[in-house]
Amino acid sequence: MNFSDVFRSIEPDKLKLELYSKTERDVRKALVNPQGNIDALIALLSPAATPFIEQMAQLSASLTRQRFGANLALYLPLYVSNLCANECDYCGFTMSNKIKRKTLNQTELQQEIDIIKAKGFDHVLLVSGEHETKVGIDYFEAIFAQVKSAFSHVAIEVQPLKQDEYARLNDHGLDAVMIYQETYQQRTYARHHTRGKKQDFSYRLDTPDRIARAGVDKIGLGVLLGLDDWRLDALLMGHHLAYLEQKYWRTKYSISLPRLRPCTGGITPKSEISDLGLVQLICAFRLFNQQLEISLSTRETPELRDNLLGLGVTNLSAESSTEPGGYANPQSQLDQFEISDDRSTQEIVQVMKAKGFQPVWKDWEAAW
Amino acid sequence: MLTIGDKTFESRLFTGTGKFANQQLMLDAITASGSQLATLAMKRVDFKTGGDELLTPLVDSGVNLLPNTSGARNANEAVFAARLSKEMLGTNWVKLEIHPDPKYLMPDPVETFLAAKQLCEEGFIVLPYVHADPVLCHRLEEVGCSAVMPLASPIGTNQGLDTETFLKIIIEQAQVPVVVDAGIGAPSDACKAMELGADAVLVNTAIATASDPVAMAKCFADAVVTGRQAFEAGVAQTSVAANHTSPLTQFLFEK
Repeated sequence: MNFSDVFRSIEPDKLKLELYSKTERDVRKALVNPQGNIDALIALLSPAATPFIEQMAQLSASLTRQRFGANLALYLPLYVSNLCANECDYCGFTMSNKIKRKTLNQTELQQEIDIIKAKGFDHVLLVSGEHETKVGIDYFEAIFAQVKSAFSHVAIEVQPLKQDEYARLNDHGLDAVMIYQETYQQRTYARHHTRGKKQDFSYRLDTPDRIARAGVDKIGLGVLLGLDDWRLDALLMGHHLAYLEQKYWRTKYSISLPRLRPCTGGITPKSEISDLGLVQLICAFRLFNQQLEISLSTRETPELRDNLLGLGVTNLSAESSTEPGGYANPQSQLDQFEISDDRSTQEIVQVMKAKGFQPVWKDWEAAW
Repeated sequence: MLTIGDKTFESRLFTGTGKFANQQLMLDAITASGSQLATLAMKRVDFKTGGDELLTPLVDSGVNLLPNTSGARNANEAVFAARLSKEMLGTNWVKLEIHPDPKYLMPDPVETFLAAKQLCEEGFIVLPYVHADPVLCHRLEEVGCSAVMPLASPIGTNQGLDTETFLKIIIEQAQVPVVVDAGIGAPSDACKAMELGADAVLVNTAIATASDPVAMAKCFADAVVTGRQAFEAGVAQTSVAANHTSPLTQFLFEK
């Protein structure tokens, strides 16, 4: 059984009604016993929880401190290709966009690696567009040893692969896979994905099952906030997370909560999520799941990012480039989306230290 | 004085090095605790570039390092980590820590036993982190572990001595030092563990995440000393019925 089998039994319309009919009393009850409790998550994600944001933030900050200490892990995305065989109307890499396309060869990759290492990073997220034939498992396998020899922790965010393909990368030392459903609302998903393999909603939905069965250590889930009702999308992701944790108990989980950002030819968000909403999301998930890693990207502004430190996030990117080869050759207009925090890594580290947090560059030993 | 393997310790408080806001605070807290043994997660040490920012100040401080295998998910990974730490840090001491469960970080008894056996055969001073399981502690002792480190409650939770019943059995039976590890949340928990007869306690989260870690480290140091002294003085037995300090029937025996 995969998650798509479970998902069929979930009625999104009914869930949405439940979300929007929660009361203050439900939220108070949820705050007493939120861990692993889907009913509590519904209340904490509901509009009724808005007056309780401060209380949720206090609890979230304290739970995060206890579990993770004053540590914040730093990572950097490493874009290897912007080739894509999908049509997605919110992404700069979408197939029909007339942008320069690039896939890094080993020399270009090494240049990027050297620059990232020089900044002090030891954890990277290898990212590509979704082009199975030109940037598929053979390409990833070919470059993996080169990346792995430089970094202790290598995660990937690429097209969904088959179980045996994940297993092949796992044999080369793959540490984590990020796979974002974008939206769990099937009609909306169909509207935004109009061409290519990404149209297959269920195949994407079952990707974490394949990753876990392949023995990969960590799985990252995510929704693109803004494609549809963010409360419902987040709640459905909560269901997915709860299912995975129960079934694959050895696997670690993280979530990412990216807000839809401007990009070349991109759409405007249908359902905009405010800063208040983002804080509610982070806190609700921390209360629901104390061991969950929560990532914060440079999509957010410096002011907001600084204020979110300690509220529940555990992993941060800094000084990111979202274009292949962008660290060695910036501003070549190959980027996936615009970033909002363009401060240097050292500036961000200084802020972290000033706020009483320890930047952690390495927290994994790849050789194991 | 406490002896484990080839080392003798005056302090019975062992500390951890994780979760602190910065290195200086960590060093100040370790100094205030009086601890002579501090655990260090090998997964945090940067072997590639040398001059590690976590390791260097610890080595300079002179505290004995107890490398741990946190992050290892099975016996093979833990054995590899122990060999790596021996090569890099020049110590054959290892806190064996294997938890395949990322939620509660429960130690895996089967993999821990297998790794302990292997490492003891290779001459390591092995201190395994385990659930408070008296039989497992017996078995680990039999394969040559130099101490056992049963948990008081789930790691990092500060919930205190939830496993007290089993800790008492382990302490009663063990022929090697018993270090109560994980879950100790307050100085009173540490004091209680020492009163029960534990040989030492290991505390990290309760110190590192306190409002004032340095002051809290000192509190733990005092609590451990008091607890040990109470144990040595012989903590009086409890009783359901009242025991009069002036017996009522003494006269019957005074002829």
